Amino acid sequence: MTRAKLEEALLPPIVALLIAILVGDILILSFGQSPAAVYELLISGTWGNAYGYGQVLYKTTVLTFTGLSVAMALRAGLFNIGAESQLAAGGFAAALLGLILPAGLPALLVLPLYIVVAGMAGAVVGGIPGALKAKFGAHEVITTIMLNFIVLALLNYLISTRFNVEDTLHTAEIRSGALSRLSDYIPSFHGSAANTVLLLALVIVALAWLFLFRTRCGFELRAVGLQPHAAEYGGIDVGGMWWRAMAISGGIAGIGGLNYVLGYKHYYEEGFGAGAGFLGIAVALVGRSHPVGVVMAAVLFATLSQGGLAVNALVPKQMVDVLQAVVIISMATAVPAVHRALLAGKRA
Amino acid sequence: MIFFAFLAQTIRIAIPYLFASAGGVVSERAGLIALTLEGYMLNAAFCAALGSYFGDSALVGIFAGIGGGVLTALLYGVCVIRYRANQVVVGIAINLLAIGLTRFFLRLTFDSSSNSPRIEGFTETGTGFAALVQNPLVWLGLLALAAVGWFLYRTPLGLRLRAVGEHPEAALSVGVPVQRVRWIAVALSGGLAGLGGAYLAFDQHQFTDSMTAGRGFIALAATIFGRWEPKLVAIACLLFAAAETLQIQLQSAQLVPAQFVEMIPYLLTIVALAGVVARAVPPAALGKVYE
Repeated sequence: MTRAKLEEALLPPIVALLIAILVGDILILSFGQSPAAVYELLISGTWGNAYGYGQVLYKTTVLTFTGLSVAMALRAGLFNIGAESQLAAGGFAAALLGLILPAGLPALLVLPLYIVVAGMAGAVVGGIPGALKAKFGAHEVITTIMLNFIVLALLNYLISTRFNVEDTLHTAEIRSGALSRLSDYIPSFHGSAANTVLLLALVIVALAWLFLFRTRCGFELRAVGLQPHAAEYGGIDVGGMWWRAMAISGGIAGIGGLNYVLGYKHYYEEGFGAGAGFLGIAVALVGRSHPVGVVMAAVLFATLSQGGLAVNALVPKQMVDVLQAVVIISMATAVPAVHRALLAGKRA
Repeated sequence: MIFFAFLAQTIRIAIPYLFASAGGVVSERAGLIALTLEGYMLNAAFCAALGSYFGDSALVGIFAGIGGGVLTALLYGVCVIRYRANQVVVGIAINLLAIGLTRFFLRLTFDSSSNSPRIEGFTETGTGFAALVQNPLVWLGLLALAAVGWFLYRTPLGLRLRAVGEHPEAALSVGVPVQRVRWIAVALSGGLAGLGGAYLAFDQHQFTDSMTAGRGFIALAATIFGRWEPKLVAIACLLFAAAETLQIQLQSAQLVPAQFVEMIPYLLTIVALAGVVARAVPPAALGKVYE
């Protein structure tokens, strides 16, 4: 990587973080607290103890999936705003599979089945907007947003009337395939939700990297994202790539549902995604749509999410919601600004 | 009688949609994607509650609401007009920002994580239409899209705004200040959606956490389903509101689950965008970065 390329990749996230810290200072001061004390608590409450970083790792897992999902679509030049409902659909499908399977099957044996089912559910929800774009030119941003509402309403209907345990909004526990928590191997993680789906996330990240940068199909996907007309001229079926990329993107988000269903609660619950799909957009953006960058950005946003709970004693935890939004906005604004500034510098 | 009660409730539900989608039309016809309507409304609802609580007057509340909407829209403008940031990303983030900011300042000013104290808003007596006509915001809301239609098609600035949304380079070549027109459009859309937010806070006589509850996206759906034409958009708003009213009225009958009625605006929008017959075609330069 050349120096200019590195600057262009690293400057925007740094600028974004600095702006976020500045806004954070203002919010903290407006609440009459000391920024230093709050930030110290944010770090010590997340990375300062085993429970804290266990929770961060748990949140990192789901954000890695949703971030990678959004990044995969971005690489094809598409915006997937639907990761939230794709994640929920994947989790729901996995929970249903868990209710059908006979009890007592070994987890490793049924895991591939869960991955396929959750991935398929997400791929269907993601693939529809892709196909609508390829076939009718319907803008994927609008259709994925609309599908979020539709799919979440449908799941809400199913969970509140058909598949719930009475008086709750969750299904019964899955009968087999539950994965172990990290605390089973490292006792100091005790109580945190971090689980072995984290390893699955890292495997998928590696596969995504191989796919994007070492396969013909991945190359074509990136070509479509960079310059669809040129790609078409080069003999690539652009429309076909659009729906495939959206299906892959949705599939990755869908598999993310396993983090909750197989790794943590062992059932599907209304609203378990809790905005992870939307934060995936932030993760993909800050991670510059690169699989490795996505993991690092997922750690950052997971730390912020968990950090909000840690600082709640001093300032409202909603502060981190504001900071996350500020990071996205300043990142999105800094990327073209830095690009232009570097370009102008090169010309001068 | 039942019909009039139905109509009155439909209008009551439609007013925020009418305001916000009027903002949506102005924004999108100028080439700026209106994913931010939800955020404009939410910030505006909070500011309206704040204004009418501390200013002790509905009028202060309305202006505070407009101010909240415009300020939020100007932030969007700084990012996407001044710095040419991606409109989708910034739009989504502004909605997240509005949720976070209103929650934070709800804690800060009213020490509550759920709602503000009661605000007066407009005092209405009676029910149905009799109550509705006493609310000036209802009148404004019913006129909003008509005014936008007049503005877009009967004023020079409206013509320029449409040109900027269709073909900014061509507009520039005949001397239209593209960026300035977009600034006007974004501020106007923030103010209009802001009125919708103020209406919501007044209607419920308080601000509650995330009280817009997706209404900004229904307004966006109406904007698209109405093909960015003020008249059709108004019909779309009333249609979506009528569906909701019907669902509320028939709740006890349990004919159709509420969730399926909720889906209607979103399903119709997808159908309109993918329409085999008479597909909805957005303004040509919508969302494109203008150098």
